[in-house]
Amino acid sequence: MVAHLIPAIPFLAFVINILFGRKIKKVSAFVSILACGVSLCLSIYTFASLLKGHGSYTLFKWLIFGSTSLNVGVIVDPLTCMMLLVVTIIGTLIQIYSIGYMKDDPRFSRFFAYMSLFMSSMLGLLLADNFIILLIFWEGVGLCSYLLISFWFEKISAAKAGMKAFITTRIGDTGLLIGVFILFFSAHTVHFSGLTAISNANPLFTAAALLIFCGAVGKSAQFPLHVWLPDAMEGPTPVSALIHAATMVAAGVYLVARCFGLFLAHQPALIWVAYVGAATSIFAATIAAVNNDIKRILAYSTISQLGFMMIGLGVGGYSAGTFHLMTHAFFKALLFLCAGSIIHSIHAQDIRRMGGIFQKMKITGTTFVIASLAISGVPPFSGFWSKDEILSESLRSGHPYLFMIAMATSLLTAFYMFRLIFLVLFGKPRSELHPYESPKVMTIPLAILAIFAIFIGLVGSPFMHNAFQTFIHPGPPENSEGLAPNYLVMLLSTLAAALGIAAAYLFYMLNNKILPLEIRNKFTLLYNLLYNKYYIDEIYEFLFIRPSIRLSRLASKFDSGVIDGAVNACAKAVVVLSRIKSWIDRYIVDGAVNMTAGIVGLFSLVLRRVQTGYIQTYLLIAFFGLALIIFIKLIGG
Amino acid sequence: MIPQSHFLILSALLFSIGVFGILTRKNAIGILMSIELILNAANINLITFGKFLGSPDGLGQIFALFVIAIAAASAVVGLGLVISIYRNAKTILVNKLNLMKW
Repeated sequence: MVAHLIPAIPFLAFVINILFGRKIKKVSAFVSILACGVSLCLSIYTFASLLKGHGSYTLFKWLIFGSTSLNVGVIVDPLTCMMLLVVTIIGTLIQIYSIGYMKDDPRFSRFFAYMSLFMSSMLGLLLADNFIILLIFWEGVGLCSYLLISFWFEKISAAKAGMKAFITTRIGDTGLLIGVFILFFSAHTVHFSGLTAISNANPLFTAAALLIFCGAVGKSAQFPLHVWLPDAMEGPTPVSALIHAATMVAAGVYLVARCFGLFLAHQPALIWVAYVGAATSIFAATIAAVNNDIKRILAYSTISQLGFMMIGLGVGGYSAGTFHLMTHAFFKALLFLCAGSIIHSIHAQDIRRMGGIFQKMKITGTTFVIASLAISGVPPFSGFWSKDEILSESLRSGHPYLFMIAMATSLLTAFYMFRLIFLVLFGKPRSELHPYESPKVMTIPLAILAIFAIFIGLVGSPFMHNAFQTFIHPGPPENSEGLAPNYLVMLLSTLAAALGIAAAYLFYMLNNKILPLEIRNKFTLLYNLLYNKYYIDEIYEFLFIRPSIRLSRLASKFDSGVIDGAVNACAKAVVVLSRIKSWIDRYIVDGAVNMTAGIVGLFSLVLRRVQTGYIQTYLLIAFFGLALIIFIKLIGG
Repeated sequence: MIPQSHFLILSALLFSIGVFGILTRKNAIGILMSIELILNAANINLITFGKFLGSPDGLGQIFALFVIAIAAASAVVGLGLVISIYRNAKTILVNKLNLMKW
């Protein structure tokens, strides 16, 4: 019953670091890592208590709307436990690595503050037992992603990338929000536990599932909302490793897995998941095969692998998808950290300028190769087991096209990964770069992650009786057929990996060229299409960004022309009216008053002659008055 | 015996001279003197009518004596006022005393 503390402790670290970061400077890294370590211990404890049979629990009743109420609680089930362990282990290692990577950064403590905030949000997201809390943390990780992508905001490209990531994911989030609304208004629940009850084939719920998937598409960078992830590589490399490879982008996959009951009950939505995943995986893999930026290749690889997980989930392979999510988190984090180690040492990202780095960076090179073997699906590395699981699931569920796409993707994966390996690590140096091995604080996390990348797959292999699958799957095993090893698929996927590696060796290693010109010339159109990322950015620019800018300009013109004009016209009318009123006031009202005064003054001009102030004048008048009275009296007498 | 009308004419002349003095003199003391002339005109009238209308002996004369006494008192008051005005305004010419003019 301590699971709710798991996100709280990194949040505490965030508060300490953001408030006192300037004072404690380098200690901030220690604070963040300690908090993450405590969370890791608590996650292990939670995992142990889950095995003992303790599960989810409710913390308090938060809101009551009519007949439904929102209980804030913590969900503790195999999926959450697995994710908690993955996130805390990788998070701890990456933050240790960041000490070395961010060593000279002026905003060192702020980096760790954001990292802690991210850890807190991510762990909270995993533990949320209803959509409302999930959405809060969902936005939290989005915010951290934004802050960390544009961490070096002095670079305009980084600032723009942050904005792009935030806005693009926001499109998906809108869908997610609407989906939650639909669930709330038609199923009267926002709790994940209530999802299993929704099994009637109401198309409204299919729509809700699809809208929730929209959120996952945005967060997990699936086609067509994948554009932000490659640009997100502007952030520091540990951020790319933690947020944009291992954890946050997996949140979308996690969401689909979390609502799997809903998807399972509404098959049309599930098929969409599979096909979007398939389209994304092949699409991103082809781009990765021609890109020249070490981090962007890995970013496209991440997109592709996330698509793979979506295929796994979409064909109904709950354990296959989540298994790949776990193994991928380890080897992709490792790949990014290796790339970071190289970038840290030579300050370059273009693979055309690299070469022969293995000689100088033995540990980084070795772990890089291990991770590449894992992602390419070479047995017995972890990627092999999870990828194999997805492949056999797609075949078993009767989607031969998906199987073929997935197969082609794994071939391409092996190809582009070893293209990267051969160009970066082997061959002769292509330019004057002086690589040197990174400090221990960076290489030790690499080594630990490499061990995970090798062995973590075994927990889901037939050697351990598919321990992972039986653990993760709610209720009884999917079926015995699914768990039995499919040797044909294993053979095929190994062959695909071998073929990809061989092709990469042939093209890039044998004659130490970047890309054989003759091939490039033969497929100029295709090459340009891939090199320009299918022109998706340009299409979006043309379809959405330019029109919206134009619309905003129009709106601005409308605003300044019509609305401001109306306001100004009102003001002018008031001015004119007040001029008139002022005239009336001055000449008519004041005139009347002044005229009265004038008339009075006129009379007084005459009358004041009488008021001489001389006593004799008054006496004279009095005398003549008296004389007059007497005269009248005598005459009238 | 001098007829009654002669006394009355004298008194009327004195009265007229007094009124003329009041209305024309600029000097406040002159005005006071003119008032004395008017009072004396009234005294002549009183004595004349006392004599000719057959009232008891000396009644008109007694009245005149009272008038003279009161006139003396009022002259005192008047002269006091004139002195007071002089102290304030440094003049006793009534045409300069125009404080009450608009």
